[in-house]
Amino acid sequence: MTQVAFAPDVFTWPADEPQLIGAKCARCAAVTFPRGPSCPRCGTPDPERHLLARQGTLWTWTTQDFLPKEPYAGGETLETFRPYGVGLVQLGDEVRVEARLTEADPAKLDFGMEVELAIVPFRVDEDGTEVMTYAFAPAGEGIR
Amino acid sequence: MEDVAVIGVGLHPFGRFGPKSAIDMAAEATRAACADAGVDWPDVQVAFGGSYTVDNPDAVIGRLGLTGIPFMDVYNGCATAATALQLAADAIRSGRYDVAVAVGMDKHDAGALTADPVDYGAPAWYGEMGYFLTTKFFGMKINRYMHDHGISHETLAKVAAKAFRNGALNPNAFRRKPVTEEAILGARMLNYPLTQYMFCAPDEGAAAAVLCRADIASRYTSTPVYLRAATLRTRRYGAHEVHSTWAAVEQDDAPTVYASRAAYEEAGIGPDDVDVIQLQDTDAGAEVIHMAENGFCADGDQERLVADGATEIGGPLPVNTDGGLIANGEPVGASGLRQVHELVLQLRGQAGERQVPGTPRVGYAQLYGAPGTAGVSILSR
Repeated sequence: MTQVAFAPDVFTWPADEPQLIGAKCARCAAVTFPRGPSCPRCGTPDPERHLLARQGTLWTWTTQDFLPKEPYAGGETLETFRPYGVGLVQLGDEVRVEARLTEADPAKLDFGMEVELAIVPFRVDEDGTEVMTYAFAPAGEGIR
Repeated sequence: MEDVAVIGVGLHPFGRFGPKSAIDMAAEATRAACADAGVDWPDVQVAFGGSYTVDNPDAVIGRLGLTGIPFMDVYNGCATAATALQLAADAIRSGRYDVAVAVGMDKHDAGALTADPVDYGAPAWYGEMGYFLTTKFFGMKINRYMHDHGISHETLAKVAAKAFRNGALNPNAFRRKPVTEEAILGARMLNYPLTQYMFCAPDEGAAAAVLCRADIASRYTSTPVYLRAATLRTRRYGAHEVHSTWAAVEQDDAPTVYASRAAYEEAGIGPDDVDVIQLQDTDAGAEVIHMAENGFCADGDQERLVADGATEIGGPLPVNTDGGLIANGEPVGASGLRQVHELVLQLRGQAGERQVPGTPRVGYAQLYGAPGTAGVSILSR
């Protein structure tokens, strides 16, 4: 099956150990995600490409229990939509990133739990192409 | 600098009104505010109109009279109406105008607001991936806050139940039926821990205020209310904000905290002096957090205060006496002027069944919204 990343330049992939592609400001050293045209902290243009840690801890989280409106492009219908988790994941002492979680059950999510980056299917297009995105999974689940 | 008085307020009910346009609602609210102030429209020298869905709020002058005055359209997210109010006040403070109008209006479809994330400085994929939702930000923020400060799900339900109860006393509210805490907790989960009945809904409505130089207020009214402070602040590095792909590890206070401190300083008033409070309750959790961010209690004290009824109309910290956003819904451009409308009625003793006892003297209003903007207004008799 053909797999494509939903957006280029957001994570290194395909790769055995994919990483999110962030940015580090050459002037103030702020680490941010994704890599934008300038540093959000101090405005310095063109921050350096900076790969983020694959493991982190869950700083906070919620669940997405309803189908988002456009511009959401997940392709589900009200019937096929399955809730997903969303979290703010702290990567080392550098930055927190907002990301989908592979776990959507509040009973299985906890503050400070260890999570790791996973590249997971986001949707399957009509021609069978799997569109892949980044998410965080409970550490040790081995999802890639 | 000239001091500023609010001499008239007007409101078109909030809710759903079929084909009626936002401009027509704004015209009704402005007429009501002018009538309340005893001001004829031709006496108004400058106006500021706030809206999200209406490109040109100044079309309202085609309903009120083409007097040729400067009319400035403003949009500033959920802080739009606070921005219109502040600009109107600044126009008077500058000495350039004696009488000004601030009006807000909107007409939203049912369901969560949507937009192009690129216009918010976020990548297009942020929306396509399902992240561009204010509701999930509020879910994440209150979930962590509950964990850190011992706030229970029951407290969220009590906050929402109070909103519906107060809304039942407000003839202009969208939601006018009390809802039990059990029904709120048992409603459909939208974004954990927030259920459907813990959120406000975008809807329709308009609100307006007439402001003048404080030294001429007695020409118009025997019950002027003075605008003691109006402040706006945007997020700083270190605040976890709505519509952001990342947050810094090093934490700073939310923009509300900065807007609030600046407003207290400008007014020479502290939180202990405030008698009636309006907070941005986009969801029940936001009201809980905003109680602390605006200095009305320490983090975590809300659990006891809400259980004791402190934020009820008869309590020592009455919050959202008209039902707030949860019972009124949020026509984005009008919401902050609805807050001012309620505060002015309360300070004049004209709030009817929902009047705060003991002749309140000081009112406080706070707005917060995307992409991390807060506005605070303080009014007093």
